[in-house]
Amino acid sequence: MAIPLVYNVRNVIQRPVGTLTTAAGIGLTVAILIAALALAIGFRTTLVTTGSPDKVVILRKGADSEISSGVGRDEVEILRALPDVAIGPDGRPEFSAEMVVVSNLKRIGQPGSSNVTLRGVDLASIGVRATPQMVEGRMFAPGTDEVVVGRRIAPRFEHCAIGDKIVFQNRPFTVVGHFATGGSSLESEIWGDANVLMPVMHRENAYQVALFRMKDPSRFDALKRLIERDPRLGVQADREDRFYTEQSAALTVVLSTVGVFITVIMSVGALFGAANTMFASIGARTREIATLLVLGFRPGAIMASFVIESVLIGLIGGVLGCLIALPINGITTSTTNFQSFSEVAFAFRVTPFTLLIGMVFAAGMGLVGGFLPALRASRQSLAAALRKA
Amino acid sequence: MGNLSLVLVNLGRNWVRTLLTVGSVMVALFLFCTLGGVLDTLKAAADSGSRERLATRNAISLTQWLPGSYQQRIAMVPGVQRVAVQNWFGARDPQDTRSFFAQFAVDPNFWPMYTKDLEIVQWTNPPVQLSVPAGQDPHMASYFAEKNSCIVGAGLLKKKGWHLGQTIQLAGTIFPGTWDFKINGVYANRPGGTWRDDMMLFRFDYLSEKGMGGQNFVGVYKLAIADPSRSAPIAKQIDAMFQNSDAATLTESEQAFGAGFVSMYGNVPFALRVIGLAVVFTILLISANTMVTAVRERTNEIGVLKTLGFSDGAVFGMVLTEAAVIAFGGGVAGAVLAFLAVRGANLGILPPLTVAWSTLVAGIGIALVIGAVSGLIPALWASRLRIVDALRRVD
Repeated sequence: MAIPLVYNVRNVIQRPVGTLTTAAGIGLTVAILIAALALAIGFRTTLVTTGSPDKVVILRKGADSEISSGVGRDEVEILRALPDVAIGPDGRPEFSAEMVVVSNLKRIGQPGSSNVTLRGVDLASIGVRATPQMVEGRMFAPGTDEVVVGRRIAPRFEHCAIGDKIVFQNRPFTVVGHFATGGSSLESEIWGDANVLMPVMHRENAYQVALFRMKDPSRFDALKRLIERDPRLGVQADREDRFYTEQSAALTVVLSTVGVFITVIMSVGALFGAANTMFASIGARTREIATLLVLGFRPGAIMASFVIESVLIGLIGGVLGCLIALPINGITTSTTNFQSFSEVAFAFRVTPFTLLIGMVFAAGMGLVGGFLPALRASRQSLAAALRKA
Repeated sequence: MGNLSLVLVNLGRNWVRTLLTVGSVMVALFLFCTLGGVLDTLKAAADSGSRERLATRNAISLTQWLPGSYQQRIAMVPGVQRVAVQNWFGARDPQDTRSFFAQFAVDPNFWPMYTKDLEIVQWTNPPVQLSVPAGQDPHMASYFAEKNSCIVGAGLLKKKGWHLGQTIQLAGTIFPGTWDFKINGVYANRPGGTWRDDMMLFRFDYLSEKGMGGQNFVGVYKLAIADPSRSAPIAKQIDAMFQNSDAATLTESEQAFGAGFVSMYGNVPFALRVIGLAVVFTILLISANTMVTAVRERTNEIGVLKTLGFSDGAVFGMVLTEAAVIAFGGGVAGAVLAFLAVRGANLGILPPLTVAWSTLVAGIGIALVIGAVSGLIPALWASRLRIVDALRRVD
C-alpha cells in the first residue's frame, strides 16, 4: 500500500505556526509528565541507593521507622556477638549501633521549619553505614561537641554552615564539615558522636537502630528467624535495601499518583487541541485529499498518512517536551517523608527511560488525536470534495 | 441585537471543534481548581488551630519527650488556666496496615479544653450508675470507668466499620505490643471546631501504665489561657522556666503548632503553583490556535459581513465574544467538575480536600482571560481585514 508520506511531511513543514502551537501544547504536557516521573524516580533512587542487600537493619519489634525504635545496649551486645556478623579487615565486627532523633530546624529561603534526622554514630564503625566523603571541612572528632551535615540539606536549613552552632539542650554543637554519601538519603542527615549525643538526648540506655554486614548474605532468612525468635531480643531484622524501599513506599506512591493524575488530565486537554488542529488542517485540504484519491491512493493509505502526520507533530512536541524538561535534571528539592518523619532532599532525575516514556506518550497523543480527523479525511466522497471548491 | 445569535450560529456550525475547545479549557480549569483545592486545604490546615490555646513541646523536636512533672509547673504560670497532655501514639491497625489514622493519648484535662470543638454524640452506658469527674461530660462515665476506653471520631468509625462498644486491637510502633481499646464513645466536630473527625482519643494513664512503666513522658502539653492577647509573654515565660532544665521547651500558639506540620511539606505548594501555571499556559496556546484557525476559515464571510455594513468594531466584538463564550463555558464546567470531584477526596495526612470559593472564582476569571487573549489576535485580524482582500482570497 503506497502512502503519500512526503506529502504529509511537507505539510507539517508548510504550516509552521499551526504545527508548532500544537506541538508546544503536547510538549508542555510531556514536560510535566517527565518532571513528575523525574521527581518520583529521584526520590526513590535516593532512598533505594541508601540500602544494600548485604546488610541487616535491626529495629525494635513493631517499629516502623528508626525514630519509633529502641534497641537496648544489652541487645546490641548480643547482636554484635552473632557469628553471622562479618568481621572487617581490622578484626572488628562490621556492626554499627546508632542513635537517631529528629531535630526541628528552621528552613532557609522559605518560612517554617522541618525535622532533620540527627544520627549519633561511632566513627570506628561508620564504614558499615556508608563511606562519607567530606565535600567541605572535616569529619567530627570523636568525643567532642562537633557534628557534620549532609551536603544536600546543608544549604537548606539554618545553622548548618561550617562554623555554625546547632544547639541541642543548651549545648552548642559546632558544624565542622559537609559530607556526601553518593547521593543517598544519608546526605539529608546530621551526624555526630553517639557517645556525646546520647546523654544529651536522654537516650543513654538504648540505641534506635543497629546495622551490620552479613558474612553470608544468602543466609539472611535463617538469620532473621534466629534473631526474631531469640527470647533475649525484642527486635525485628530486615535487609537494608528492603527497609529503605519500604521507607520510601508511601511517598513514592503519592508522588507518582499526583504526577500521573496531573498528566492524564492535562493530556486530555492537549489531545483535544491536537484533534482540533488536525481537523482544521484536514478541513483546509479537502481538495488536496481528493486529488490524492484521484491519483489512486487508497482511502486506507490516506488515513494512515494523516495518522502518521499527526504522530509526527506529536513527536515534534515530544522533542520539545524533552528539551523543556531536561534542565530540571539535578535540581534539588526536599520534603518531609512522613514515614521517617524527617526531611529528605533529593534531585530530579531525568533518565533516558523517562525521556523515552515522554516520547512514546507524545507519539500516543498524536496517534489518538489524529485518528478521528484522519478517518474523516479518508472517508470523504471524491465528487463532493472536488465540487466543494 | 443580532450579533449574539450570529456568534451562536458560528459556535454551532463546527460543533466538534467547539466541543473540543470547550473541553480543553474545561480540563485545564478542572486541573487548576483541583490543584488550587490542595493548596486551599493546606492553607486551611495551617490556620486550623486555635489562637486561644498554646502548645508546649520539646525544643529539639516533637519526638523528644517532656517530663510529666512539667504539667504542674506550667499550670502555676500566671494566666494559664489548664494544662492537658496529648501524646502521639502512632499504632497501626493489623487488619488494615495500608491505611493510617492518628491516635492520641490524652489526660482528663483535655476534654474540658475542647468542649467547643468536640461533641460526644454516641456513648456506652456503664453497667452501674457512675459519676464522672467534676467538669466532665456526663456521657463519658464509661470512658472514665474503664482504663482501656477510647473515643473515636464519627468519620473514623464509619470508615473502619467499627461500632460502639466494640473492642479493637492495634499494633504499637513506638510502644510495642498489641493494645486493646474499647470504643466507649464517638465524637463529632462542632461547627467551627478545630479538630478532625478521623482520629482516635484514649486515656493517657493507660499508655503510661502499659507503655511507659508507670512513668509519664509527654509529647505535647496543650495550654488553655485566660487572655489570648497575652499568649506571647506566657509562652516566653514557660520556655525561660525550662531553659536550663533537663528538657528545654518550645511554646507556641496551637495555630502555629499546626502550621509547623504544613511547613514540613516544603516546596510542594510551590510545585503545585508552577504546574497550575503550566497547565493554564498550555491551554492558552491550544485555544488561541483554535480561534485563529476558526476565524481564518471564515475570511470570505467576514468580507460579506463587512459588505453588509457590519463595522470593524462589531466584527471585533463578535470574534472576541465567540472566544469568551467558549472559554467561559469551559471554565464554568471545569470549576464545577473540580468542586464535585474534590469533595470527599481524602489524602490521608491532610484533612479532606475542599476547594475554596475564591479558587473557583479565580479559575473562572482565568478562563475568561484565556478567552480574551486567545480571541484577541484573530479578532484584531478580522476587524482590520479589508473587504477587497477578504473577498478576493480563495481558499
